Amino acid sequence: MLTRENTVNLVLALLLLVAPLAANAFGQPFYVTLATRIAILALAALGLNLALGLGGLVSFGHAAFFGIGGYAAGILSSHALSYEPMIFGLPGTVQMPVIWIVAVIASGLVALAIGAISLRTSGVYFIMITLAFAQMVYYFAISWPAYGGEDGLSIMVRNQFPGANTMKPLSFFLVCYLVLLAGIGLFALIRASRFGAALQAARQNETRVATVGIHPYRIRLTGFVISAMITALAGALYADLNRFVSPSMLSWHMSGELIVLIILGGTGRLFGPLAGAALYVAFEFALGGLTERWQFFLGLILLGVVLFARGGLLGLLAGKAKHG
Amino acid sequence: MVEPVLQIDNLIKAFGVLKATDSVSIDLRPGEIHALIGPNGAGKSTLIHQICGTVRPDSGTIRFAGEDIGALNTAQRAQKGLGRTFQVSSLAPEFSALRNVMLAVQAKQGSSFGFFRPVMRDRSLVDPAMAILERVGLADRARLPAAELSHGERRQLEIAMALALQSKAFLLDEPMAGMGPEGSKKLTGFLDALRREAPILLVEHDMDAVFALADRISVLVYGKVIATGTVDEIRRNPTVRTAYLGDHA
Amino acid sequence: MTIALALEQLLNGIQLGVMLFLMAAGLTLIFGVMGLINLAHGSLYMVGAFACASVAAWTGSFWLGLIASLACAAAAGAIVELAVIRRLYDRDHLDQVLATFALILVFSEGTRWLFGDFPLYLDIPPLLQGIVNLPGDASYPVYRLAIIAVGALIALGLYLLIGKTRLGMRIRAGESDREMIGALGVDIRTLYTLVFALGSALAGLAGALVGALQSVQVGMGEPVLILAFVVIVIGGIGSIKGALYGALLVGVTDTLGRFLLPQLLALFVDPSQAGMIGGAMASMLIYVVMAVILAVKPRGLFPPAHA
Repeated sequence: MLTRENTVNLVLALLLLVAPLAANAFGQPFYVTLATRIAILALAALGLNLALGLGGLVSFGHAAFFGIGGYAAGILSSHALSYEPMIFGLPGTVQMPVIWIVAVIASGLVALAIGAISLRTSGVYFIMITLAFAQMVYYFAISWPAYGGEDGLSIMVRNQFPGANTMKPLSFFLVCYLVLLAGIGLFALIRASRFGAALQAARQNETRVATVGIHPYRIRLTGFVISAMITALAGALYADLNRFVSPSMLSWHMSGELIVLIILGGTGRLFGPLAGAALYVAFEFALGGLTERWQFFLGLILLGVVLFARGGLLGLLAGKAKHG
Repeated sequence: MVEPVLQIDNLIKAFGVLKATDSVSIDLRPGEIHALIGPNGAGKSTLIHQICGTVRPDSGTIRFAGEDIGALNTAQRAQKGLGRTFQVSSLAPEFSALRNVMLAVQAKQGSSFGFFRPVMRDRSLVDPAMAILERVGLADRARLPAAELSHGERRQLEIAMALALQSKAFLLDEPMAGMGPEGSKKLTGFLDALRREAPILLVEHDMDAVFALADRISVLVYGKVIATGTVDEIRRNPTVRTAYLGDHA
Repeated sequence: MTIALALEQLLNGIQLGVMLFLMAAGLTLIFGVMGLINLAHGSLYMVGAFACASVAAWTGSFWLGLIASLACAAAAGAIVELAVIRRLYDRDHLDQVLATFALILVFSEGTRWLFGDFPLYLDIPPLLQGIVNLPGDASYPVYRLAIIAVGALIALGLYLLIGKTRLGMRIRAGESDREMIGALGVDIRTLYTLVFALGSALAGLAGALVGALQSVQVGMGEPVLILAFVVIVIGGIGSIKGALYGALLVGVTDTLGRFLLPQLLALFVDPSQAGMIGGAMASMLIYVVMAVILAVKPRGLFPPAHA
């Protein structure tokens, strides 16, 4: 069904594919890397969008999951390359699919713990508690001298994906792009499903949901965990992109940035995170080229969006969201 | 005598010195409409909250379909078959009327942990929901967001959702509130037919509706039930007349 | 471990607590009265520090700097309130978080633009230099004692302001029922600006006072802001009493934790590792305490009675 929003979505998806292909053809790998960065940040924000856009859960601690994904990639890789086993004698790995599974499971478990406590609160308390828990994870991560501590952890050689040469920028981009598309597909499925209906209803009116016999807490916890797992997957990709796991992936600035990406693109919209990530990276690149103080202008633009263009880019391009 | 569907015994709830619910005992029998009336501040809302699970009583028991539901939360009580509408309509405002009812149908069918089938194409959800909307007269407004429905339509939607739950008892909190005379008449007729599906505990101020519908009436004043009886008994009861009815009797 | 050392660390903890109280009191007041979550509070801390440092450097007087910090932070707060914040009162928390997050970027980069990337230095005024002798052969810097004294005075002042003045009465009324006080004819808009400016001034004061202990640089407010959030979550969002107890608890726990944990760990692990791990564990300690408190009391120790 070709609505205005679907058209915009299609255009965005195609642009994100065509631009790096063209850049590669013209021998400009830098722009391929830029596109990869957009795809990965889009995936990270997509994960958050499940909790925030659909569920109304303003998590200010999703950086924790982004970082867990990153550290999964870094730790597994470093153990594999040094041939030293990890705990329980398990070997590391340089295979991305395995790393992704580990990232997803680890973040899911942590999200279960954090969510179980945090979701007993609501409103401002929830925002601050998720922030605090993410800080906890941050300090925990930098306390391991074996994994770089405050300096972060390098990934000497980018991890491998079967059938692709991930060292080539375009190949790695395509891996990330496909994962992003899969993520978008999953988001769309969940949003249209019974679970999605319950989650969105809980955002709109918690009492109503309980009154029909659905437990809001269980729905939200599930949504929170799934959302964390998607963001963690993005984190693993991000670490491989930069070949470096930086503790800043766990900082609250990162959490704030993820929220910014969603707002810039349009909360709760399917392609909102992608639009937001593209805008953000474009600002960073274009404004950053003009002045070192580009974040000053980013702040002003962001203020403008929040105060005056609350629907984000997709709100401007595609009009009001339809809920059916 | 047939066992009541809802049995409330010696319910007490105090907020500090204020006794909002003062040893209230009422029951709801199969097939009846039991109206709960009383002046503002009598504690009707607090009582409803306690039955639904949003407020915990200090003491007393609430039995529903033979089971003590005191320890259950709101969602659990709804799952047991307690259907409720709200004094101020409580709906999912962004969802259409159809999606609101579908949510109730989905809840009734069991698990909400389905991730892969789009609900709008799920006939086991859409069809029953549309049928219920037709029954309450909202079928032509089905696709509108709940926020855009008129006041009366929102009332109807609330009732539709309670119907979708195939509740064993209905707790209706001032369904006539804000309805014009046309709407009230329609709703009265509707509720009259509804009692055959499940008994109704009806909190109302609209005396015409109460006298037309109620099999029994309980009068709540300052948290205490001062009288329970048929319409005629209540009309003739001198305590009630002094305390509440005034000109209406 | 001697008594002197323990005493010193305890006092450090109280001093940190007092600084956190200045931040948390403003945060919780702003939330309690206006229902607004303000991430930019740390920026106002920074503004106060920069104002104090620059004016002190320019005039040679710490005291003038201190006055400047109060004035600048209050003014900055008032301007921000008038220009941005007042459009956010009706918005949901997500919008408030985003807008105030944007303000952090504006303040941080703006300050960097004005002052460059290098930290400023602020000297302790001669009057407050030196040390004081304490029981048990301990000694403690006068300046830090002065900070504790200032904190106690401010706590007393706030108690009197909120409890005993007409402004305080309006603030308390505003906390209970925002719509009502408007109906009662209180000029809410001015009240809100005042409250925001007051909170900002307290944050600026904290920044200025700490500026003499550590250096004055962009971003100095952020770690303090996070801790202040933990304080008000523990204390109960909207409660000044909660902010005080929470701040002291967090200050003392954090300081003693940093002091004791590495020493404890050194019994099990080699000293260099103990330092690093102990430091990180100490940083986590506060959050663990917060989680435990919330598990038992989800709305904090002294949540305000109303919704």
